[in-house]
Amino acid sequence: MAIHLTKESKVLVQGMTGGQGMRHTRRMLAAGTNVVGGVNPRKAGQTVDFDGRAVPVFGSVADGIRSTGADVTVVFVPPAFAKAAVTEAADARIPLAVVITEGIPVHDTVAFTAYARRNGTRIIGPNCPGLITPGQSNAGIIPADIAKPGPIGLVSKSGTLTYQLMYELRDTGFSTCVGIGGDPVVGTSHIDCLAAFQDDPDTELVVLIGEIGGDAEERAAAYIHDHVTKPVVGYIAGFTAPEGRTMGHAGAIVSGSSGTARAKQEALEAAGVRVGRTPTETARLVLDALGAG
Amino acid sequence: MDLYEHQARQLFEEHGIPVPRAEVADSPQQARGIARRLGGRAVVKAQVKTGGRGKAGGVRFAADPAAAELTARQILGMDIKGHRVRTVLLAEPVDIAEEFYVSYVLDRTAGGFLAIASAQGGMEIEEVAATRPQAVARIPVDRAEGVTSAKAGEIASAAGLPPQTVDVLVRLWQVLVREDALLVEVNPLVRTAQGRILALDGKVTVDDNARFRQARWGARDEEHQDPLEAAAAERGLTYVRLDGQVGVIGNGAGLVMSTLDVVAGCGARPANFLDIGGGASAQVMADGLSVILSDPAVKSVLVNVFGGITACDAVAEGIVAAVDTVRLTKPLVVRLDGNNAARGRAILGERAHPLVEQATTMDGAARRAAELAHTV
Repeated sequence: MAIHLTKESKVLVQGMTGGQGMRHTRRMLAAGTNVVGGVNPRKAGQTVDFDGRAVPVFGSVADGIRSTGADVTVVFVPPAFAKAAVTEAADARIPLAVVITEGIPVHDTVAFTAYARRNGTRIIGPNCPGLITPGQSNAGIIPADIAKPGPIGLVSKSGTLTYQLMYELRDTGFSTCVGIGGDPVVGTSHIDCLAAFQDDPDTELVVLIGEIGGDAEERAAAYIHDHVTKPVVGYIAGFTAPEGRTMGHAGAIVSGSSGTARAKQEALEAAGVRVGRTPTETARLVLDALGAG
Repeated sequence: MDLYEHQARQLFEEHGIPVPRAEVADSPQQARGIARRLGGRAVVKAQVKTGGRGKAGGVRFAADPAAAELTARQILGMDIKGHRVRTVLLAEPVDIAEEFYVSYVLDRTAGGFLAIASAQGGMEIEEVAATRPQAVARIPVDRAEGVTSAKAGEIASAAGLPPQTVDVLVRLWQVLVREDALLVEVNPLVRTAQGRILALDGKVTVDDNARFRQARWGARDEEHQDPLEAAAAERGLTYVRLDGQVGVIGNGAGLVMSTLDVVAGCGARPANFLDIGGGASAQVMADGLSVILSDPAVKSVLVNVFGGITACDAVAEGIVAAVDTVRLTKPLVVRLDGNNAARGRAILGERAHPLVEQATTMDGAARRAAELAHTV
């Protein structure tokens, strides 16, 4: 089962023929991902060879879906073209678009996430490592060889902390790990993933990784309190980080005192989530909760 | 990046929002000339990217050009919350009848923009928001639809603002969209005794990610007061100086933040935040290390890398290159895991520098670096 991505997923890669796209398409294929095509209007009709496997290039996401039945797209195009790429994917009504691209202007993200929502396309990212269902499929840039399949669901803002926790818990394994991205506006929230993990029979426990800024973790805590019956273990980074750039009056008015690591930890603990002080301690709490410690 | 008040004022003016007459000075003599052009009297305002400058004495009234020169001399060079005042804005004084607050701000929670407005603007707006939230209107704005006259009318009436502010609300939205801003704020927006609406002070935060299409604000924020931060910025590194003794380098903002926390948990204080980013080369690693080693406060250095895209052998080569060019006098604790970790560890093992040691876990590495910082 897992969430959002399984071995049945048929994956398109927008920007496959660029440097990043080539490199990571090769890695995704090696991890068992069913990459059914790339998208590049200037190279439509060509095929790209990845270690003996020929992957067709389509002129548009819509063409790719028509020819292959693709239901996931992974976006590697540069920031200036990301909005057009995601808009095209949403116009083609693809169910899931994973936006890896870093450095997209926030106005573009606000526009394409709202547009995608109206078209029924889920966005993961932007500025994220994507998601992996170990042993089944990998949509993005998370190293596939860190951890095996298992009962833990993981959702995180941070890519490298995802890798660190996967590594700490590599022998127990993961149902799905989702890097939702660290940008101020993202298409999929901690809450969206918590809801999906709660409904996923393959997931026994959820690891939630957060960091300073915004109030996503506080809202996740409220959601956990009301809706999640599976055990959740949390980790928050940024207790000693310097106070970030403030948004002045307006920012203070919107977010109040939230945004600090302490406030997030307290909110999670009040919702019954055990919060580790380090990634290693977090892993230990997970093993305790699973009864394997 | 936050803009200076005078830059925000310039944007408002370009988009047709009424502002008082004003000019920027970077010397007292220049301030005197500007005051003369403004008719003699002027408000002299420190240009710094921080709040609370009024309370710090950075905003003062000058009754004539000689007073403007003297006041500018006092304010230029002032330190306001760690920000050195390099320029002042001289503005014509205004008879204020009423002060309002208006802004558009990114609402991260909703993934959209929010209009915030109040008929009780001014310096105490944050207190108003905290104690009388009903006096502050918050209205979501659909970015695709934008702020039309009708929408602006809705915002003004919800906040109890006079109808003359509708035009300002429409134009302020245009500033937000055309300049790729994440915040545009006018506080106070005033009605003068003569009945004019004027944007007296403003704040604009532009999106660093939009630099490729918003070239006018320059390639980088020039606000690097710290020489090490400036040196790191020149090399394209994300570096923030802190006040501890353990230098920290890692890959990925989340892992580096976590590393700082773990160091603090071991009873030491981190000296900096330095993220070499994803897929970093040996050169980037060497650059980062040389920045940290040039910090006299640093007693030990912790390198914590989990290679996803980043290859640990490249990181190790960067460390070797750095210790061979900079004469290493401080101990270095290195923890490498993930992509090519075995090769990376072998490279460091072969070099066998007496001041470089390896650790197998993140916690162990932090503990050792903290220990070394105390004993050196």
